[in-house]
Amino acid sequence: MVEPILKVEGIHTYIGKHHILQGVSFEVYPGKVTVLLGRNGAGKSTTLRTIIGLLSPSKGTIFLRNRALHHLKPYEISRLGIGFVPEDRGIFNLLTVEENFRVAMLQEDGRSRGMMETIFEIFPDLKKFWKAKAGNLSGGQKQMLAIARPLVNRNELLLIDEPSKGLAPIVIDHLIDSIHKLKEYTVIILVEQNFYMASSLGNDFYLFDDGKTVHKGQMEELVQNEELKKTYLGISSKN
Amino acid sequence: MNIVNSAERKWLPKLIVLAIFLSPILFIHPKTYITLTISGLAMGMLLFLVSSGFSLIFGFLSVLNLAHGALFTWGAYIGFTSFTLINKWTGWGGPDSIFSNIVIFLLALIIAGLLVSLLGIITERLVIRPVYGSHLFQIFITVGAMIVMEELVRIVWGPNDEVMPVPMNFMGSWDLFDVVVSKYPLIAIVIGLIIYFTIYMILRKTKLGTIVRAGVENPEMVQVMGHNIYRYFTGVFAAGSALAAIGGGMWATFVKSIHPAMGGEVIVFALIVAIIGGLGSMTGSVVGALMVGLSYNYVAYLVPKAALGITMLLLVVILSIRPTGLFPEGT
Repeated sequence: MVEPILKVEGIHTYIGKHHILQGVSFEVYPGKVTVLLGRNGAGKSTTLRTIIGLLSPSKGTIFLRNRALHHLKPYEISRLGIGFVPEDRGIFNLLTVEENFRVAMLQEDGRSRGMMETIFEIFPDLKKFWKAKAGNLSGGQKQMLAIARPLVNRNELLLIDEPSKGLAPIVIDHLIDSIHKLKEYTVIILVEQNFYMASSLGNDFYLFDDGKTVHKGQMEELVQNEELKKTYLGISSKN
Repeated sequence: MNIVNSAERKWLPKLIVLAIFLSPILFIHPKTYITLTISGLAMGMLLFLVSSGFSLIFGFLSVLNLAHGALFTWGAYIGFTSFTLINKWTGWGGPDSIFSNIVIFLLALIIAGLLVSLLGIITERLVIRPVYGSHLFQIFITVGAMIVMEELVRIVWGPNDEVMPVPMNFMGSWDLFDVVVSKYPLIAIVIGLIIYFTIYMILRKTKLGTIVRAGVENPEMVQVMGHNIYRYFTGVFAAGSALAAIGGGMWATFVKSIHPAMGGEVIVFALIVAIIGGLGSMTGSVVGALMVGLSYNYVAYLVPKAALGITMLLLVVILSIRPTGLFPEGT
């Protein structure tokens, strides 16, 4: 039986006085893309921020394999092999593409240099604009930089929040191709509002509603299930 | 429209500096102008040392450290004591050798920088860390810390003004083609430039500097990339405090006196410089400091009573054109 790489159980998280996560549980398995879906404000992004340690859960547990994460600081969690791509991309706009990678690279060795070659193969634009200021890149290139940056440390888990946000459809297609290639190198948890992208990439899904996980399954099932899509995602016809 | 904005953005700081630098020549005799310019550049470099620490701390930690002035005062007093003691033991401050003068001066500055950076670390851990994220509380608590630190100066060194000892070979002036050039301002300009380029190279060329620049932009993201941001916070605070101390020691040598409230007076200039330059920007600090130093000296010669007013006017004019300062883009 395959053990989950990440196990989240009964997480409750507050932002200020607001009780945002009210019992989130899910498991992430190796070799798969797990997609967290739900309407705005359902708690998907908060879940990612709780996993990476930017928010502390008041209750519940998070385990990366057998290692508890829920009391660790963000930099400790990151050093265990989890990368995070926030909704706003978190690019250092005033730094060059090279410098963005330099900040991300925790150890410069043969392994990280080898990974850089792989990153350049998947995202050739990053090599092209290596010395350019990240702030001058296009939206799609910025997103590629944001996704590629944590991979330089060969993180075993990558949390990506809304990568399609603000991108043109053609760029989204390109991004989907790139993320498909990344599946070979890392396990991905994807938060995505764009159902086309979510269904193109996802293997497993979890539906969020009011800060709770309410449904789970395989993506093919969700694609077929019009009622679930209508109830929890507001998709009223086939997309 | 974008092209115009971009060009204006690029040239505005240079145009303002050039205007400040060149326009007084219309009203001042060229020889006096050169003397005033050197004095203004020296004042600017000293202000840079104080404001760069303040600006770096604000840029990286988002902390309004109004106790920065007290760290400046402590730097001046520790520099004063170190210089006096070393000179008593070695006599290196005397007229015999310019080399021993430079050594004793630098030793006093280094001791001041090291001890005040320690004081800065204690201040950050005990006073500022509990109020990260709240500018209002930071203002209250750092003003409180400033008052306590100033009173401690009065307890340790006494409430009266002291005469700051100056290395003998740093005093006096050179006569270059009938232009009187004071020695110490030139030395201050050189030391200031060396410190600026050192900081610039660290920020530009080292991984540590790259992480600090990234932290100025997005500290949360630096953290999720596996860097212990609090260790960097402490390091930056220590570096900022050391800069204030070196600034204090050099300023005291410039004005040849020290008193417990001196930091409160200079912090006003430091704030103006940091805001003009763009908070968090080293180049902004140096350009802002030179603008304030030069304009202050020219106006102090032409209309003495308007000297402080001109720096305020400069602040108002620049903020009305560029609300985020001349170099809002860091470094």
